[in-house]
Amino acid sequence: MLRLALKMLYGDVAKFVMLLGGLTFCSLLMMQQSGVFCGLMLWTTSTLRNIKVPIWVCDAKVEQVNEVVPMRDIEVNRVRSVEGVDWAVPLYWGLISARLRDGSFQPIQLTGLDSATMMGRPAKMTAGNIEDLRLPNAVVVDQIAIKKFKQKGIELHVGDTFEINDKEARVVGICYAEQSFLGQPYIYTTYDRALEYAPPQRKLLSFVLVKPKDGVPAAEVVERIRKIPGITAFTDGEFNDRTLDWYIKYTGIPISFGTVVILGALVGIAIAGQTFYLFVHENVRHLAALKAMGAGNMLLAEMVFLQAFTVGAMGYGLGAGLTAMVGNVFLKVGEPPFFLPWQVLAFAGSIIIFICLFSATIGLLKVIRAEPAVVFR
Amino acid sequence: MSANGLPTAVTTRGVTKTFGRGDNAVRALKGVDFEARCGEMIMIVGPSGCGKTTFLSVICGTMKADAGSVDVFGTDLIHLSGGRLTDFRGRNVGFIFQQFNLIPTWNILENASIPLLLQGQSRKEAQDAAAKLLTEVGLGQRLDAHPRQLSGGQQQRVAIARALVHEPRLLICDEPTASLDAATGHKVLELLKASACREDRCVIVVTHDSRIFSFADRIAEMEDGVVKGVHNSGEYRAQYV
Repeated sequence: MLRLALKMLYGDVAKFVMLLGGLTFCSLLMMQQSGVFCGLMLWTTSTLRNIKVPIWVCDAKVEQVNEVVPMRDIEVNRVRSVEGVDWAVPLYWGLISARLRDGSFQPIQLTGLDSATMMGRPAKMTAGNIEDLRLPNAVVVDQIAIKKFKQKGIELHVGDTFEINDKEARVVGICYAEQSFLGQPYIYTTYDRALEYAPPQRKLLSFVLVKPKDGVPAAEVVERIRKIPGITAFTDGEFNDRTLDWYIKYTGIPISFGTVVILGALVGIAIAGQTFYLFVHENVRHLAALKAMGAGNMLLAEMVFLQAFTVGAMGYGLGAGLTAMVGNVFLKVGEPPFFLPWQVLAFAGSIIIFICLFSATIGLLKVIRAEPAVVFR
Repeated sequence: MSANGLPTAVTTRGVTKTFGRGDNAVRALKGVDFEARCGEMIMIVGPSGCGKTTFLSVICGTMKADAGSVDVFGTDLIHLSGGRLTDFRGRNVGFIFQQFNLIPTWNILENASIPLLLQGQSRKEAQDAAAKLLTEVGLGQRLDAHPRQLSGGQQQRVAIARALVHEPRLLICDEPTASLDAATGHKVLELLKASACREDRCVIVVTHDSRIFSFADRIAEMEDGVVKGVHNSGEYRAQYV
């Protein structure tokens, strides 16, 4: 009988297509928008993955990684003196403008690494050598810089030059870096040179990057550093969570994406619920005939739920497939951001299950209420 | 045993049924006494609204009577619970409906095998039995056809096969010729009479169609919620048709 229940579903082509379309659209909307949201959230913390260190030290007022409140250089030494610190190096991290050959400007994310250790260096070099940063006026640019410069008609290669704050910057390498929230290219140089490029300020140290000694828990070192007045410290995991929380709390991004996701779910509930109810309504006479012939309510419930969950699974699968296709295009183009963790798939799946349960239940109520005697009317 | 020596199939005593409440209450059945015997085809006739279909629903267990007794092959339907009543219908009652009620998205083999599938038989067993019956009613060459591809008469033949496939002891036919032209209706009744009427089975037909009265062994006349009288087919036709 269950096989025949599916035949009943597939046989009503118009309603089947409508149901499938509604659930596919609903899944696609929820997953695609959630994927873009997750991608955007990932961008907010890209610095933490581009500069991979266990502990970040910053000004006590800093709330998230993309916010810089400059500190005095002396803070590096104060951190080094904390028990359990293996090493501590300075990092400059600031948004400034680069002047291209044609005179146009491009905002860049200037990252100044400690020249002795190169701690925080990019994980993947696609051209050149990071050690060459020690050469005069040397910078390493990421793939986004190549793309952004190209959009302005400038092909950037190793050996090319451009200007940062009226000072020459010579490209000695190209690296791969995760895109930042603002989408500006990462330009790596040494800490000292970054201070030369940066506009003059009384304090210029953005972060102190720290590694605890082997066997000393990072959280313990963080607690000790926090005792130094005026500065604070976070493990990279803490900083990641804190940054995500900040964007969720203080920007309208979650509301904006959440609204679309909720609308997607509502559209799914409306279309699927209404269409499935119509499908059951039109078949109620046949289902009542089955009831008259000896089909119990349990069997009819199994049939109705099987129909609802079959079309739900198909819609979910198609939605997930289309989301993956769209996401693949986004990732190739580089924009908009896209990241599809399993939690998004599980979330969309649970909404689809709810829609199927809701649709099947309202349809089933009609079937259960239908007296078998209705077949004689 | 009934008066003529044939076993009694259906006996009802004082069956009442009221729809609605208070001022809107409609008393559809007002104490129906009725008897149908094995081996006979009995027709229930009467004007529209006299309670024929309600009575038929009560006899076959698709509707519960408010009071009275309904005995079908020794089972008291009034006191059967919902699940046991459903099971009783599935095993003992075959249905032929006015609108055929064939499921349009299933082919006729699948439609005809429903009662056996509902009894838990395997698909192969059910379809083998259904194919045999469909062949007997002249549709053996069209087992894959869907109901909409068939004429009204052919659809009613599928309904007959479906009604008989599980060999029920009680066959309930609600206006089986109402959607058919005279010639087709005649053929359907001939088929029904030939394939359904057996010593261990009772066929109850509710109809308005006086052209098929000749197929009945007896005719029960209903009026205003009660069975007014039961006649031999010949007597009734001589008197009223």
